[in-house]
Amino acid sequence: MEAGTPPVAGGKRSLGRSPLARLPDRVLRYGLTALAAAVLVLLAYFFIKLAAESKLVFEQEGILGFVFSNNWDVPNEIYGALPLVVGTLITSTLALVIGVPIAVGVAVFLTELCPRRLRGSLTILVDLLAAVPSVVYGLWAFYYLIPKLKPAEQWFADTFHFIPFVAIDSVPGPNYFIAGLVLAIMLLPIVSAISREVLSTVPSDLKEASLALGSTRWEMIRTSMLPYARRGITGAAMLGLGRAIGETIAVTIVIGDNPILGHSIFGQGYTLAAVIANEFNEAAANPVHKAALIGAGLVLFVLTLIVNSIARLVVMRSERQSGVPIVAQGGVA
Amino acid sequence: MESGALPESRLLQPISGRRRRTDKAMRWLFWLATGIALVPLVLVMIYIINKGIGALSSEFFTTDPTGNFLGAQGGVKSAILGTIEIVGFAALVTVPLGIGVAVYLTEFGRTGKLAQAVRFFVDVMTGVPSIVFGLFIYLVLVIGEVGGSTFAGWKGSAALALLMLPIVTRSSEVSLQLVPNHLREAALALGAPRWKVVLRVVLPSAASGIVTGALLSVARAAGETAPLLFTSTIVKATTFNLNEPMNSLPAQIFQDLKQPNDELVERAWGGALTLVGMILIVTLAAKLIQRRSRGKGAI
Repeated sequence: MEAGTPPVAGGKRSLGRSPLARLPDRVLRYGLTALAAAVLVLLAYFFIKLAAESKLVFEQEGILGFVFSNNWDVPNEIYGALPLVVGTLITSTLALVIGVPIAVGVAVFLTELCPRRLRGSLTILVDLLAAVPSVVYGLWAFYYLIPKLKPAEQWFADTFHFIPFVAIDSVPGPNYFIAGLVLAIMLLPIVSAISREVLSTVPSDLKEASLALGSTRWEMIRTSMLPYARRGITGAAMLGLGRAIGETIAVTIVIGDNPILGHSIFGQGYTLAAVIANEFNEAAANPVHKAALIGAGLVLFVLTLIVNSIARLVVMRSERQSGVPIVAQGGVA
Repeated sequence: MESGALPESRLLQPISGRRRRTDKAMRWLFWLATGIALVPLVLVMIYIINKGIGALSSEFFTTDPTGNFLGAQGGVKSAILGTIEIVGFAALVTVPLGIGVAVYLTEFGRTGKLAQAVRFFVDVMTGVPSIVFGLFIYLVLVIGEVGGSTFAGWKGSAALALLMLPIVTRSSEVSLQLVPNHLREAALALGAPRWKVVLRVVLPSAASGIVTGALLSVARAAGETAPLLFTSTIVKATTFNLNEPMNSLPAQIFQDLKQPNDELVERAWGGALTLVGMILIVTLAAKLIQRRSRGKGAI
């Protein structure tokens, strides 16, 4: 692992370099160290700046009041971000529930079941899902998906009205479910790319042993591959969740932009990221409103920080377990 | 690699019908999952080609938006050029910085405390919503009127750079880790100084991986709307001055869509088609480079 340092001192004099010749090495080493440290400084400054600029709203509403009170009333200057936080959580949970099983299925298929000739092109196609910009997904969902799915959603809401959070009188076009669906499409390439990498690290002796004991292909996948890759896949899902929480434009277009607490997954809502995108222009004149939106950004940052920390810990533990670094090749690395 | 099906042996008990059926059903489910995953891609592509192809014309690419209430609305020249300028400038700044941080992580920091912390926070940065980066740049550079301007193209680049930095860093780090240590050791044993080893041996060996990562980060940044809305904002005229407000394709699409004017909505679709085309080209280029380097056995 370790590349030795060149024999500078201690050896023969003739091998030593003059201080002048060693200068570029030092410049490179300390320059790069400073650069790396600058990344940390930048993030610290980033956090402090957001905190300082949102101070006004936290003074008015209190930190808990801002995050947990259910009243986002801009004309009356009341800023309780609970509907936004809940909207963010609902849409990203829906996205995970819809997207992750499919993404893992794709990953299993591409690493294990896919005919070799198809594998390359199918992999590229799935990765291309990450190439479509979020504004395009949003537009497509608004004009195509919403009208197409509305009758199905209404049918589902009526038929399964006894399930909690499903019943609603008439399904509005833009709603939580559509937003979750669009987010699921967007996190699919990320989650499946990372899961694919994790699944390909499953040692073939494990798989072969399982097959030799008489397992069918599916039993081998269920008993050898998935348990081995479980932590890595969890980490992948968490990264996808982080992406879903922060997604802005597509959600803004399809969630209805209504700052209320929805009683149904087919209700309209709002998310933290969407509120910033929509209200920032009008907020420039009102310092408390602006602070509230920056506060929303701060909450969003803390939320993603938590999710990513959990994801990283999970992935790190799984890396330690398998000894192989897990690399994403998809939209995010 | 492939663990093929075992040859059927008379000595083994035959697999029960239930197990066989479950196996078959699950295989079908995995096929199905992949099929379902590709449905949105196909639908989106067909839809935007259908909607957008009509808007494409030579005027579409060569005129700026006019902003007239009635009459000809113009094309998206300023938006296309703006996107190229903003993303290009962001890449120009981020790619060297990201590679620098990655070189620090693999060649100098390795498992030290600072390197571990940087690695963790670079990962955290990957998950920070782009709109929050946009907010940050707005607060620091736009309100602060840094450089004597409020909204400016380079401030959009700065927001995108924050987004791209972790992607470039992480993918470069991974490619650098794949460079075999004996290459470094051989160069050092021949008496090459550290900086020469990095510049002449390590970086060239990892070049294809680094380029792939950089291109993927460009593809990701080119599609971002949110951080541009309040950093480089939306204007009509083409400009080559990065210190002026600058148009961009995603922002233009977002703006046009909200207008109650069929011609503008059609322009939004044409813009979407153009943007997807541009991003697809970059993504496919990245995949191609990745593939060729794999074929050579470099990874």
